[in-house]
Amino acid sequence: MSELLSAPLTVEFPFTRSLGPVQGAFLTGLRERVVLGVRRPDGRVLVPPLEYDPDTAADLHELVEVGTTGTVTCWAWNPTPRRGQPLGTPFAWVLVRLDGADSALLHALDAPDPGAVRTGLRVRVRWAAERTGAITDIACFEAYEGEGEEGGAHAADVAEPADRADGAEVADRTDVAEPADRADGAEAADRTDVAEPVDRADGAEVADRTDVAEPADRADGADAAGRTDVEEPADAADPTGAVPRARPHDGVFADPVTSLAAPARLDYTYTPGRAHGRHLAALADRRTVGERCPACRKVYVPPRGACPTCGVATDEPVEVGPRGTVTTFCVVNIKARGLAIEVPYVYAHIALDGADLALHGRVAGLPYDRVRMGLRVEPVWVGDGRHPDHYRPTGEPDAPYDTYRELL
Amino acid sequence: MSEEPVAVVGIGQTRHAAARRDVSLAGLVREAAARALEDAQLAWADVDAVVIGKAPDFFEGVMMPELYLADALGAVGKPMLRVHTAGSVGGSTALVAADLVAARVHRTVLTAAFEKQSESNAMWALSLPVPFQQPLLAGAGGFFAPHVRAYIRRTGAPPGIGALVAYKDRRNALRNPYAHLHEDGLTLERVRSSPMLWDPIRYSETCPSSDGACAMVLTDRAGAARAPHPPAWLHGGAMRSEPTLFAGKDFVSPRAGRDCAADVYRQAGVTDPRREIDVAELYVPFSWYEPMWLENLGFAAEGEGWKLVESGATALDGDLPVNPSGGVLSSNPIGASGMLRFAEAALQVRGQAGEHQIEGARRALGHAYGGGSQFFAMWLVGAEPPAT
Amino acid sequence: MTRRVAVVAFARSDPARPTAGLTEVELLLPVLREVLERTGLRAGEIGFTCSGSSDYLAGRAFSFTLALDGVGAWPPIAESHVEMDGAWALYEAWVKLRTGRADTALVYAWGKPSAGDLDAVLTRQLDPYHLAPLWPDPASLAALQERALLDSGALVPPVPAGGSSPGGPAPVDGAAAVVLAVEATARRLCARPAWIRGIDHRIEPHGLGVRDLADSPSTRLAAARAGAFDAPPVDTAELHAPHPAQEPILRRALRLDGAVAVNPSGPAAADPPMAAGLIRLGEAAARIHRGRSRRALAHATSGPCLQQNLVAVLEGEPDV
Repeated sequence: MSELLSAPLTVEFPFTRSLGPVQGAFLTGLRERVVLGVRRPDGRVLVPPLEYDPDTAADLHELVEVGTTGTVTCWAWNPTPRRGQPLGTPFAWVLVRLDGADSALLHALDAPDPGAVRTGLRVRVRWAAERTGAITDIACFEAYEGEGEEGGAHAADVAEPADRADGAEVADRTDVAEPADRADGAEAADRTDVAEPVDRADGAEVADRTDVAEPADRADGADAAGRTDVEEPADAADPTGAVPRARPHDGVFADPVTSLAAPARLDYTYTPGRAHGRHLAALADRRTVGERCPACRKVYVPPRGACPTCGVATDEPVEVGPRGTVTTFCVVNIKARGLAIEVPYVYAHIALDGADLALHGRVAGLPYDRVRMGLRVEPVWVGDGRHPDHYRPTGEPDAPYDTYRELL
Repeated sequence: MSEEPVAVVGIGQTRHAAARRDVSLAGLVREAAARALEDAQLAWADVDAVVIGKAPDFFEGVMMPELYLADALGAVGKPMLRVHTAGSVGGSTALVAADLVAARVHRTVLTAAFEKQSESNAMWALSLPVPFQQPLLAGAGGFFAPHVRAYIRRTGAPPGIGALVAYKDRRNALRNPYAHLHEDGLTLERVRSSPMLWDPIRYSETCPSSDGACAMVLTDRAGAARAPHPPAWLHGGAMRSEPTLFAGKDFVSPRAGRDCAADVYRQAGVTDPRREIDVAELYVPFSWYEPMWLENLGFAAEGEGWKLVESGATALDGDLPVNPSGGVLSSNPIGASGMLRFAEAALQVRGQAGEHQIEGARRALGHAYGGGSQFFAMWLVGAEPPAT
Repeated sequence: MTRRVAVVAFARSDPARPTAGLTEVELLLPVLREVLERTGLRAGEIGFTCSGSSDYLAGRAFSFTLALDGVGAWPPIAESHVEMDGAWALYEAWVKLRTGRADTALVYAWGKPSAGDLDAVLTRQLDPYHLAPLWPDPASLAALQERALLDSGALVPPVPAGGSSPGGPAPVDGAAAVVLAVEATARRLCARPAWIRGIDHRIEPHGLGVRDLADSPSTRLAAARAGAFDAPPVDTAELHAPHPAQEPILRRALRLDGAVAVNPSGPAAADPPMAAGLIRLGEAAARIHRGRSRRALAHATSGPCLQQNLVAVLEGEPDV
């Protein structure tokens, strides 16, 4: 049996996500160290805000501001953080119900060990030093021995409908949602941002994130004071002085975030399989070996492990070629990214002698506009390439149409 | 007892664009779904089940996005199915939804399909590197262009046919407010002189890359009786698949397409599609596929599809208008493209196609295909309920 | 009247057989051959084919098109595919048979977790704005469910050291296939058909923070719709709990007591993703085929923290 081949395969892309008005306001708020939620028709507040009500499917757009402190409603210790997670050291995943909210937000809690975590723990947001308008603007949560326990001040009890339902506020919100504002020059800037995550998708990103979460930056008094500053004005408006409650918010910020760069990298291991592996082994000797179907007797090149029409395994090796016939083709005038081939070039279907279907390859060695259906070609190997670099004319007379019309 | 008749009572689609930066993924799908419900004058609670389709998840980088979209589509507490059959998915998704009604499993089903290609890059998603294989040399156009050449060789079609189709579809799109491309100043000469990308396919003969969604509400006889607008009735629907590559495969006129059409016509009692079908929305991502599909679907004899195009029969004022919406050549949110064809067929027989309405359209075909010309989904809808 | 549909054959990869280096189609071929041999049907005699798989698991777009090579789709077949666990492919096939447009259906599914880092891959299922950027792995999310259960008082401590449960056995590569048939065809193909008495599936909100993670209301609702709570009670239940901590939640939602044999085929955590739910359905049916069960429940799940659930009730005798 031939050697089992495998190779790493990285699937990586910096996805661009347009946010829409609700999520745009939420993520812009995070950049400004403000946490916004959205009010459901029954008055309850969702944080993170959702665009559509989970129960009724209603459109949700009534933004409210909630506190940056909250209560752990559920948790799980994560002893082995993985790439991309908020903290590089063991931490707890927590669902946190922020003060003023009725639903919980998933994030990380920086804690020394599982013994320091419990349901009901009071926590507060630890902001990332650099914020761009992303859920990771919250670096993580940290334990917080402040006033205010769970219970009591629930948003639905305190929100004044009159404050929220006035026309002016709705108008403001419409401004936020106005696509026209963003679909021009600002959008080009967003697009540019897209390129940035590429940098962050490597190892450096993890290091950066860890830096952000570094306690040293925050352990000084100034930091705590700074954070309090952010909270104070809002708290001051709350006559009870206790747990911050959900307050109407127009969602308007200067320079709103409208899109999110979402880099994602996944690592796979690709295995070509046993049949294709045998084919590759023969290619190393510059021989093209297909496999014959035991049922229909057709020869498949390259073999794929099964005859696609009979659904049975192919296993009888058959050497084909090296010469073949161009059955059809196109002339490519677009340069493909990452492909070092000058345009125009000819991309052809080539039926190797003895094969029952065509494979695909490039034809060169003659002007592109002289390539034709029926042209007889042979492979040209370059260096230690795994596949023929291209095919060139053999000089034989063209094959008659009827000899290859079933092999297009 | 035979199948329950299926009626289309709600149709919605988004404005299609290169990038819909004003909405989230959910916002995009929701826009189409909300319009479909509004058309049917139904509320979210009236929907019994949701069937959603899209092409590869890598296009948006969200695995099984229906999980996240459950809230936006009002699916919470309901059954939700996710179909993926490559480019034909928009069509097959609608057919899966129709089966739920036909089998009397549910009475009212919301079906939706979408693609938000601006979240990534379709070229990237379609050509993820595969170790040990030669890199894809030519992109999607390069995959289909050799088959177009084979068609031209087989039929002796003159070289300008593709440009006629592209010009016609882009002109039709000017009448469709939802279409992505609105090329007001387009002339046939400009199509003919546009850059040759994958000879024999020119730039103006290729589909755009779009963000967009489409949704429909399907229901049973009782639901149709309550509908505020005339429904479109399903007279026949089928899917057929064949392998991607195999010895003897006919890429020009795949047998799966012919068999699928034959099944649909049999269900609908159609024996002469050219005469009995009033309008067709065909999945034509590259202009030459119109004459190719006209033959594959039995509207023209083998080798004669291009003559139908040349004669003007497939124009808006022809006797078999094809792609009055502007087609895939004018809007291509891949996962939704098939459903848009199905939806346009239904709009036509409901008499609700607006500026691109074909007068007196009573029976219309919606067609979708995908993969290596291997997955086919079609439906035939009519203004009258099917004979039972 | 509606057409009765039965599971008449089931086959799955032998979990003990090495699968290193196999492609999807090479994983599938022996399973497809075995399931067809059990019924004596040839591929061309199948009325409808439906499969379930995930491109993200495979790491390439349109991965299901490669698997089609194993089916022998020639002449062309009536076929569909769900980007879901094969249990939902079975559901789609069940609907098709009920329309009357096919009398038999082949359903298959496969998963190759060895191709990638499953814990990382599954984070891509999450809300792309609020959750996916945090890369929370499914074992951690299941551990949240375990904590929710503990806090609810329904699960008795102690929790494993570290406060979270391990993820259970790692899933293996593999495939599974089922043949469905209606009425007389089913009786012809199988001595003891496993009749689908009811089948239903339901989805919950996506957000973890708006759900009660200690409960599975969608499982309960699907079970009720499938008739799982009707008499007579089930004697067997095959549950798809990708993480051990989720099994108690399912048992509670399904009201399974000590009289029910739960997962006699073994736990689902090691089953190939995307085929695991179909395997539960197949195993429950196979127990009826063997005469070991009269009424069995099968369950499949999808999404983070049991977001979406399917329940089928299978019976050894037709409900005449």
